[in-house]
Amino acid sequence: MTVMQHIWIVLGVLFVLLNIAAGLIWVERRLLAVWQDRLGPNRAGPLGLFIVLADTLKLFFKEDWIPPFADKWVFILAPAIVVASVLMSFVIVPFAPGIVVADLNVGLLFFLAMSSLGVYSIVLGGWASNNKYSLLGALRGASQMIAYEVFMGLSLMGVVMLSRSFNLAEIVAAQEKMWFVVLQPVGFVIFFIAGLAETHRLPFDIPEAESELVAGFHAEYSGMKFGMFFIGEYLGITLISAMTVTLFFGGWLGPSFLPPVVWFFGKTFLFIALFILLRASLPRPRYDQLLTYGWKLLLPLVLLNLLVTGAIALSLKH
Amino acid sequence: MISHLRTMWLVFLHLFQKRATIQYPEEKVPLRPRWRGRIVLTKDPDGGERCVGCYLCAAACPVDCIALQATEDANGRRYPEFFRINFSRCIFCGYCEEACPTYAIQLTPDFEMGEYRRQDLVYEKEDLLIDSQGKYPGYNFYKMAGLSAGVKEKGKGDNEEAPVDIKSLLP
Repeated sequence: MTVMQHIWIVLGVLFVLLNIAAGLIWVERRLLAVWQDRLGPNRAGPLGLFIVLADTLKLFFKEDWIPPFADKWVFILAPAIVVASVLMSFVIVPFAPGIVVADLNVGLLFFLAMSSLGVYSIVLGGWASNNKYSLLGALRGASQMIAYEVFMGLSLMGVVMLSRSFNLAEIVAAQEKMWFVVLQPVGFVIFFIAGLAETHRLPFDIPEAESELVAGFHAEYSGMKFGMFFIGEYLGITLISAMTVTLFFGGWLGPSFLPPVVWFFGKTFLFIALFILLRASLPRPRYDQLLTYGWKLLLPLVLLNLLVTGAIALSLKH
Repeated sequence: MISHLRTMWLVFLHLFQKRATIQYPEEKVPLRPRWRGRIVLTKDPDGGERCVGCYLCAAACPVDCIALQATEDANGRRYPEFFRINFSRCIFCGYCEEACPTYAIQLTPDFEMGEYRRQDLVYEKEDLLIDSQGKYPGYNFYKMAGLSAGVKEKGKGDNEEAPVDIKSLLP
């Protein structure tokens, strides 16, 4: 591939992702409305699509205030970290054969590394705000993300065992005959739950619990800096959906009447919708319940899954 | 876990249910006759003002948004000289309507009274007084009252006894 092609792919991926993140504002509000028997935004423009524009404009024109007691540079840096780390993760996602920014051999490890960087954003944001509520939210967020990161990686090892590669394009290719969701159902469920907790989406939005912590780690944030946390969250949803599709649902694979990219984005959108459905239906667990669930139920389960997968893979080899 | 999945499925099924949203400016909300909306002052069947300026509504008002001044005409019939309701304070509780002994003040099902300037929400008597009997047609307080105020003479009402002659010693 030439340098120009690389640059075009990078720009294209960036453009598509940022538009998806913005468009999700509308998608989420419409879908939530549908599941709550409402209509949702339908006044601004056709089908209410200009609500995205209105929201963005509003965020830009709000007063962008940095509290005088905050640690200024860290305060500014924190929201950028979440967007940057999630965008970096997309580097290894193969959207279609040949359309991938960096075809890394350690793609999966790179994804795990980048997704664990996201915790810095929350911790630094909460700490730099110099506000007890924010700090508490950040602490809760940190413990949640660290707890769920542990078995997020482990849940993917079954896939790695079956496909014998950390390269995502090869993992997708290995699903030519059968999607890994059939072979690794437990791994899929646990990865999805861990992903939900990683993006601190509802029902696992513990760091934000507005009823007890104002808004958690971003209580002091305003304007576009708050918007960055928001975009980071939507990008996170897209990332986890894309990774679920890549790892368990055959990525770009699908009947040939549609181009591979369409298959990929179609499947990804289904998972984004599932994220929103979860938000519409499930209540938030208590903080200790969340950690108990993670450490005492999901971690042993994922280790068991690893053991069984390894045993079967070995016995089939011999 | 199963109950969580069931919850998600049930929520998903709402996709196929009827929307509850009323698209307001185009679609109107069905309002009941007893809806507590804009406050009006009504008139009796003969076209006279029902309000006798007794101040009971102003006394009952929890936010003190009603102001009035009673006065009398040549016949001794009482009426408010001015009657003012500050709708930017009014909470539409309906206590004034309950307190009114003459059915003069009434709450109507009209709620579309937004204004751009706060001062425009202060309604004077000419804004409040409507040419209608409202919810109690046929009622005329001065026909029931035991005093002469130009509507009927003392003791000439339908359900009224003749006045006692206080100068006589006979029972």
